[in-house]
Amino acid sequence: MTTVKDVCRHVRSKNAGPFWVTVDLFFDGEDNYARYHDSAALGPDLFARLYGADPALVKRFAVPSLHVVKISYPRATSQGGMVERDMHAGQQYVRLLDVELDAEAVS
Amino acid sequence: MRDGPIKILVPTGSLGAGAVEAEVAYGIAQGARAIATDAGSTDSGAAYLALGVSKNNRGSVKRDLTILMKASAQAGIPLIIGTSGQAGGDRNVDWTRDIVLEVARELRISPKIALLYSEQDKADLKARNAAGKIRPLPPLGPLDDATIDACEHIVAAMGPEPYMAALQGGADIILGGRTTDTAVIACFALLHGAPSGPSWHAAKIAECGAQATVVRNKGAGVLISIGDDGFEVEPLSLDNWCDPESVSAHMLYENSDPFRLTEPGGVLDVSRSVYAQADKRSVKVTGSVWEPKPYTLKLEGAAASRFQTIMLIGIQDPDVLANIDTFHDNLLEALNQRVHATIGPAAGDFHISLRLYGWNAVSGDKPPEGTPPPREVGVLFVATADTQEMASQIAKACNPYFFHYPLFMDRELPSYGFAFTPADIDRGPVFEFKLNHVVEVDDPLELVRTVWIDLRNEEAA
Repeated sequence: MTTVKDVCRHVRSKNAGPFWVTVDLFFDGEDNYARYHDSAALGPDLFARLYGADPALVKRFAVPSLHVVKISYPRATSQGGMVERDMHAGQQYVRLLDVELDAEAVS
Repeated sequence: MRDGPIKILVPTGSLGAGAVEAEVAYGIAQGARAIATDAGSTDSGAAYLALGVSKNNRGSVKRDLTILMKASAQAGIPLIIGTSGQAGGDRNVDWTRDIVLEVARELRISPKIALLYSEQDKADLKARNAAGKIRPLPPLGPLDDATIDACEHIVAAMGPEPYMAALQGGADIILGGRTTDTAVIACFALLHGAPSGPSWHAAKIAECGAQATVVRNKGAGVLISIGDDGFEVEPLSLDNWCDPESVSAHMLYENSDPFRLTEPGGVLDVSRSVYAQADKRSVKVTGSVWEPKPYTLKLEGAAASRFQTIMLIGIQDPDVLANIDTFHDNLLEALNQRVHATIGPAAGDFHISLRLYGWNAVSGDKPPEGTPPPREVGVLFVATADTQEMASQIAKACNPYFFHYPLFMDRELPSYGFAFTPADIDRGPVFEFKLNHVVEVDDPLELVRTVWIDLRNEEAA
């Protein structure tokens, strides 16, 4: 089974303001971008399950010129709150690396 | 435009990060007509707005200001700084103002300085909210008075108009409070008639300095050149370059939407922008569109709420590490019981969390079955309570358990590694951003106060 880290040359996460996190998946080329960028495995439910995000608010963008899929989700708790563990959200991408992708895209 | 493209020098991603004198000299030699940079962001958390302090040390900000003020005075071009002192609250602006005055004395220069304050009065905001002028942005809901009251400081993120007014008023140096990163950089070009789409887009690309270049750690700043049909961007460091990917990828950075950027008074739409290599070091961008919208300013409010006390231990005991999740759950339960037994209801609605560095501290998730045990973990104890005194009492109550809790009750009591005495550290309040709201205004300057300091007059006086 193909995972995110098999087909991306770079994955990163970062705050987009205090209430949102944004994740950029840089695919390793045209082929894998075409095959996996629409993968249903990267849908809102994943972000609800991994990060407690409201799935209705999860936003997803395809950036074909960069072979990038960008996904933004609201933080379950605001930045710097009582249970904060990652102020910049810079480590949040790591849990995506082993997500298994389905090539049979459902967009 | 009458005088050709407008060139703006962006010396660094954030004031204090390390401007480079040779880069600034290069940008000015290339015809830069203004130096612009922001000096902060919300990224490092709400403490800096709540406390009115800078994240940067004074020395690093003074060092950058010395380089930039000297260059600005020698070239006779304005120096524009936004989000002063990390958070852009009034105190953050004043902290930066004092450094600027000190540097001006040391350099023997007499600039005319505009201070733009955008901290907001709570009663005024309540009235605007009651009048329906404030609306939430997801994921937050409508604003109430209690939330406004909970904030230590509230700022409105300014657009370019207060800066344009200050430039028209003859400012040599502008120190702005909280401002959108882009507005700080776009203001000069907008004032001098550059088209809106390219001005805003160029500003967004340049806002993190060399972040939009290919070799990001080579040099600190960029030069943008805004013309009638688009803009160009090049690194200020001659051994670095931009390519279409490094430039277009910057639209992803810390943005939730890579194509549309909401700013005061409009939306920048780059969905049809074209990025092309202009020469070896520069990229040209065309097709950027500005869509005017009703004028809104985003509010940021920082609250100091409950208090925390922390303790830290290191564990290398292989038996504990082989059963680390069980150990965590048992210890956490024992600590909570210990607080109930020794402090009782007076502890209030307290909270304890244990973060296992070396195992799962960043996520808090349980690692999958079969994950090999770590060689060592650091366990951070975090107690949260309504007062600092209570958080401290809770930590002290937990102290003997936290440092000596055995994996198996029939064993000799262990001692885990700790490095300090006393072992408990009062960390202060939890600082949080409470607002994600915009306020509608009729006039872009109506929430802004401009104060002038003209050192020429003071010299004459």
